[in-house]
Amino acid sequence: MSKRQSAHLNALPGADDIQRVELPNGLTLLMRCNPFSPSVVISGYLPAGSQYDPPDKLGLAYLTALALMRGTQQRNFQQIHETLEYAGASLGFAGSVHTVSFGGRCLTEDLPMLLEMLGEVLMQPAFPKDQLERLRVQHLTGLAIRAQDTAEMASLVFDELLFNDHPYGKPEDGYPHTIQNINREDVLQFHQHYYSPKGLVLAVVGGIDPTQVTDWVNRYLGSWTASDDPLPVAFPDPKPPAQDIRRHVSIEGKSQCDLVVGTLGPRRADADFFPAIVGNNILGQLGMMGRIGEVIREQHGLAYYAAANLVASTAAGSWEVSAGVDPQNLQRVIDLIRAEIRHFTREPVSEEELADSKANLIGRLPLALESNSGVAGALLNIERFGLGLDYYRNYPAMIQGITREEVLKTARRYLNGGGLVIVSAGPDGSSEA
Amino acid sequence: MADDILRTRLPNGLTVHLKEIHTAPLISHWVWYRVGSRYEREGKRGISHWVEHMQFKGTPRFPAGTLDRAIARTGGTWNAFTHMDWTTYFETLPADHLPLALELESDRMINSLFDPQDVESERSVILAELAGNLNEPLFLLSDAVQKASFTSHPYRNEVIGTPEDLQSIQRDDLYDHYRRYYHPANALIAVAGDFDAREVLRQIEDWYGSIPAGKPAEMPPVAEPPLPEERHLAVSGPGETVYMQIAYRAPAASDADFFSLTVLDSLLAGPTSLNMFGGGGISNKTSRLYRALVEKELAVGLSGGMQATCDPFLYDLTITLRPDRSPDEVLAVLDDEIKRLQDSPVSGQEIERAIKQARAMFAYGSENITNQAFWLGFAEMFADYNWFSGYLARLEEVTPADILQAAQRWLPFNQRVVGIFYPLNGDQP
Repeated sequence: MSKRQSAHLNALPGADDIQRVELPNGLTLLMRCNPFSPSVVISGYLPAGSQYDPPDKLGLAYLTALALMRGTQQRNFQQIHETLEYAGASLGFAGSVHTVSFGGRCLTEDLPMLLEMLGEVLMQPAFPKDQLERLRVQHLTGLAIRAQDTAEMASLVFDELLFNDHPYGKPEDGYPHTIQNINREDVLQFHQHYYSPKGLVLAVVGGIDPTQVTDWVNRYLGSWTASDDPLPVAFPDPKPPAQDIRRHVSIEGKSQCDLVVGTLGPRRADADFFPAIVGNNILGQLGMMGRIGEVIREQHGLAYYAAANLVASTAAGSWEVSAGVDPQNLQRVIDLIRAEIRHFTREPVSEEELADSKANLIGRLPLALESNSGVAGALLNIERFGLGLDYYRNYPAMIQGITREEVLKTARRYLNGGGLVIVSAGPDGSSEA
Repeated sequence: MADDILRTRLPNGLTVHLKEIHTAPLISHWVWYRVGSRYEREGKRGISHWVEHMQFKGTPRFPAGTLDRAIARTGGTWNAFTHMDWTTYFETLPADHLPLALELESDRMINSLFDPQDVESERSVILAELAGNLNEPLFLLSDAVQKASFTSHPYRNEVIGTPEDLQSIQRDDLYDHYRRYYHPANALIAVAGDFDAREVLRQIEDWYGSIPAGKPAEMPPVAEPPLPEERHLAVSGPGETVYMQIAYRAPAASDADFFSLTVLDSLLAGPTSLNMFGGGGISNKTSRLYRALVEKELAVGLSGGMQATCDPFLYDLTITLRPDRSPDEVLAVLDDEIKRLQDSPVSGQEIERAIKQARAMFAYGSENITNQAFWLGFAEMFADYNWFSGYLARLEEVTPADILQAAQRWLPFNQRVVGIFYPLNGDQP
């Protein structure tokens, strides 16, 4: 191909094209202009997650986040959604352990409307009683569907067993009985205590003028005053399982089991996070899902999907292998996964595998960052973990520096210790049952 | 919008569409074949999808696994989809790796191995995929609704096939299917992204030009009489939630009524995104059915939609019921809303909302090279690219009278299928 000068932006965001502004009330605004885009993505989070939920009201943070869009001091439910939907715009909230996250998009001409709406639902939600009740029924229906979903139940029980009493072991969307315990007063109080501009991070990406966006954010969110910091929640260091923990969640009538096998993994800020992602890529991601996919799916035809994943968060992480399996083949697949993990912790990966993994991790960045939402996610990642504005431009060099020995050492640190948590969900009648 | 596309046909019949987009250093390369479940016979249901799986199992030049690694090294992504009317393969890669996509797709257009051992291993993978689908209440329901909606047309069959046929199909069946449909005269190449179109056309000629033409697939018209009555069906499975699906025959994508029904769907059940990749959707909380069913505490959620197909397929509405409500109550309210559409014209404001929503979703999808390349080929499978480039203009022409007429013609009470999924674990209403 000829080397042509293309009109595109630098494929990777960096200090020279990200604008970062801190408002006096503690809100952090990150922006990147994409002049080719006729639309805008907004995305962000604030530290009001399920870590603050009382145990008997688990799901409170989650429900509070969803209830924001159900009515404000100015607009009822229909008016909020009329404003958004008539513009072809969207705005939504979700809860996790540490944060409540939000995301929205609109045509560039409608950005002031979207920012005004964001400010209004965050600062002045009305939490109408009838809407809360409707939301509760909708959410309980969602939990009933979850209870029948083999993949979700395997993952949920895996977290419960691996993290035990740690906040990561509790589902942020709660259980049916804890959702029943939540009343409107709880939601009001939760909002009052934990919603604050301090710690709120907002990314705005697309066809924007950053100066103008800063003005709008000041106008719609600048008047929000910070409340007192909540008492910090203790996140104890979880202990890896000393021996295997095996659990089967019986969901009768299903045709397939979902399986999760794993243990603790690195936290996002740990130094061995990078060797872990290079190694995990080889174990269960590269190509048709790495070595795990090669053995289980390609060589033995035992699963439609099989992969390894790192879930590296702030206070802890997990390293897990998951697969969708015929109940009859469950034990065979567990044995194969064990054998691959053993191999991965005993011998270094090959030079070729290492080179492939690095090339993949570096080469995938332009694709991951082509869209406004991809860039917005990257900006939030930079802010949340303090990675520095040039993180994505420095990333290739960081990945290139990883050695086979570091990958092996990291694999051994996490996967060679005590036992594994092994959870399947689906019909009974597996070969081991 | 369509003017900046290079369109041509090679002497061997291969159609080529190229669109330069220089906003990111990426390319997306797609090969489309006119084959899918619509082309399958009794006893061979699922064979097109299985062939698609075998296309990832290697050629003499690229043994199984080597391409996965080659794609992975670029950081790009590749995949394939089998539909009723078509099967497609794509690679989205950093722009300087386009030759890899051209080489591998031209190679597997004719050289795939279909090794008997791989056929057997893929048989169990696809049976596992089917088992995963059968875990889903909505798969069970829509499968039953689809079957009840057609008597003879192959659109009644699921693309993945039946357990019986997946057990009985043999290696030579698969290979024959492959040889019959995979050749230049039955294919279309669509590439979008950061390249020089003239230069890429030369490369395409180099890679694909010498492949023997073959014959375009014949798609004999299938006579499918209108549904003679309203059909009711019930399926059950594990779960705690009742779902309803109501399906009406819909116009083919090339029918002018497709656009009227698209606007109707948008205001009845909420807008459906055209974007296969990226973009995200818009909520449907101001739609007529959301107000009538969810706001009135009969349902917890609903969606509606059509697919762009060669022949008339289905317009369906899927409703998740509240645990304390019955399907009869829900159907009565739904029927009131359909009747309202058939009796009185909608407001201009509702149409304007549908247009603005479509325009926004169009803009969201344009950020994504993969999505743009997808449309460059997809639209040709049931109409042509002008269908896509003229889509917004066609929607803008829809009038309240068109919607009234579409509601009367396409949503008759006595020609539809009403399916209900009853959970075995839940309290039945």
